[in-house]
Amino acid sequence: MREELHPLSDVNGKPPGTTSWDGSITEAGTEMRSYYGRPVIKEPVWTWEIPAYFFTGGLAGASAVLSTAAKLTGNEPLSKRALYIGAVADLVSPALLISDLGRPERFHHMLRVVKITSPMNVGSWVLLVSGGASNTAAVLELLGRLKPVKLLAGAVSSLAGPLLATYTGVLIADTAVPVWHEGRRELPWIFGASAMASAGAAASVFLRPEDAGPARRLAVAGVLAEGALMQLMEVRLGKIGEVYRQGAAGKLSWAAKGLATGGAALLARRGKRSRAALVLGGAMVCAGEMCLRWAVFKAGLQSARDPKYVVEPQRERADRRGTKATTKPDA
Amino acid sequence: MSVVETKRPDGWESYGDAQKERVGFFTDTSVCIGCKACEVACKEWNLIPEDGRVWTGESYDHTSQLGANTWRHVAFVEQRKPLQALLEAPPAPGDRTAPSAAPGGDGSTALRWLMESDVCKHCTHAACLDVCPTGSLFRTEFGTVVVQQDICNGCGYCVPACPFGVLDKRHLPATTDPPPAILGRKEDGRVWKCTLCYDRLKGGHEPACAKACPTKSIQFGPLEELRERADARLAKLSAEGWNGAQLYGRDPEDGVGGFGAFFLLLDDPEVYGLPPDPVVTTRDLPEMWSNMLAAAGAMLAGVAALTLFGSRR
Repeated sequence: MREELHPLSDVNGKPPGTTSWDGSITEAGTEMRSYYGRPVIKEPVWTWEIPAYFFTGGLAGASAVLSTAAKLTGNEPLSKRALYIGAVADLVSPALLISDLGRPERFHHMLRVVKITSPMNVGSWVLLVSGGASNTAAVLELLGRLKPVKLLAGAVSSLAGPLLATYTGVLIADTAVPVWHEGRRELPWIFGASAMASAGAAASVFLRPEDAGPARRLAVAGVLAEGALMQLMEVRLGKIGEVYRQGAAGKLSWAAKGLATGGAALLARRGKRSRAALVLGGAMVCAGEMCLRWAVFKAGLQSARDPKYVVEPQRERADRRGTKATTKPDA
Repeated sequence: MSVVETKRPDGWESYGDAQKERVGFFTDTSVCIGCKACEVACKEWNLIPEDGRVWTGESYDHTSQLGANTWRHVAFVEQRKPLQALLEAPPAPGDRTAPSAAPGGDGSTALRWLMESDVCKHCTHAACLDVCPTGSLFRTEFGTVVVQQDICNGCGYCVPACPFGVLDKRHLPATTDPPPAILGRKEDGRVWKCTLCYDRLKGGHEPACAKACPTKSIQFGPLEELRERADARLAKLSAEGWNGAQLYGRDPEDGVGGFGAFFLLLDDPEVYGLPPDPVVTTRDLPEMWSNMLAAAGAMLAGVAALTLFGSRR
């Protein structure tokens, strides 16, 4: 028999206070309303190149710092490997970014303005400076010429590197995507820690145990810091943080944790003696960091797709503090 | 970056003497009849390509949302709710003989069909414009926000930046200015949205949607004037007991500094697929930049310390 309609229910016969149009059940007594369950904001149109770039950009930025610091301690093998790794990552990065553009042939339009309100514009300039410097240093190292220029280029890239590794956190936080914007305090720190881990791990792959101490320490410290920061972000995100435990983002988060901690443990315990442990541990940490970037990316897409992550926090805020977005008649 | 303080559109002041009065839309959904003349007029005037016909089963709505190829979108909401608030308490569920199920004394019935023509809000503080890395999105002399199609490189940053999900990348083949053949790409790849008919404004005409609207649900004019008109309309509807009447985006103190295109709604914004308390995220950018600099500094110090101190092995 057909269910009787409550006079204030939707036409599809649901009494108010239970389920929404899309059938998702919300907290007791409240009804999350949406327009046929359709997203309120647009899901980012970015494709695989963007999370891949978050990894390569971070790797490039942290490697530049590692290379300069290693040079100061006289660890030439580490310094050179970090320099080359960073230079290659700095070449791959713009290629990825240009490939993601809807109009790749117009990539240089990024550089027709300097615009502090656009993290992507600022990032383009940082990548240009950092990548230009690191590749100059790497080429001069290969040629063995112009040592002062090489040192200057190395210094520039190691100062720009940390900016390159962390600005991507601001880039995604400066959007209406709920888990990105609400994670704005942690994201640059998470990306910085992940970049440290990537640089240390990538250098470890190409080093003998007797030179790999600093690289291993960097990888382990990066993994520990990023794990703690991710945990902090999930807690501070509250309810919307659940996307990090669901769907693709959930699987990638687990893979990131497993690979990064496993690899870090291997580097810490066996890396002192075993070259094989350095290669395997380093590769595992790098894979883990790649998964972490992808988890953050996917979590953003998932939170943009479901209107409840946009509507519920805003509705709660509006009900608690009032909102100027709507003007109601005087009571 | 003074966001709420200025209440003037960012970038508008740069026009100097060429600056025009700020114009916009007041979309009064209480008189919308869902004819979609605005959608059609918009597509016709702006040469927006056809993007397929889909039967959604969602009332009379077959375009579903704003996007690269839909710059006006009419939303249809069917509700078992009286159009005008009941004077007496609602009857018990199941009581079909109760007066609310039948036409009320004021002629209203307990079923209402809401229609709302959605459009780009042309925010006072527009996130899309702020984050655009090429300067393709700009503030016009009329205070509106427009994409320059010869500049846009399809980076897609404005797409998730917009708190209303207005902008999107066009994946259809390019109809103008196609990408070079050497890239082997056919799709347009640029971002498109409502221009508030910038070309028509330049020629002294009102936008196509407002021109086509047969009920004056879409009203075009100087923003200040529209706000006054909206206030009067809200007061009238409220006096007549219309259920849920409210203005959306009228207040210059809201999270985006007020909309250039604002609305009179008959229910909360989320019912129409609109965010209930939108904010321009660049409002938090100064804080985000300084936080990032701290993180970058910590990273520099961390890498240096871990490399300089401790054994080489």
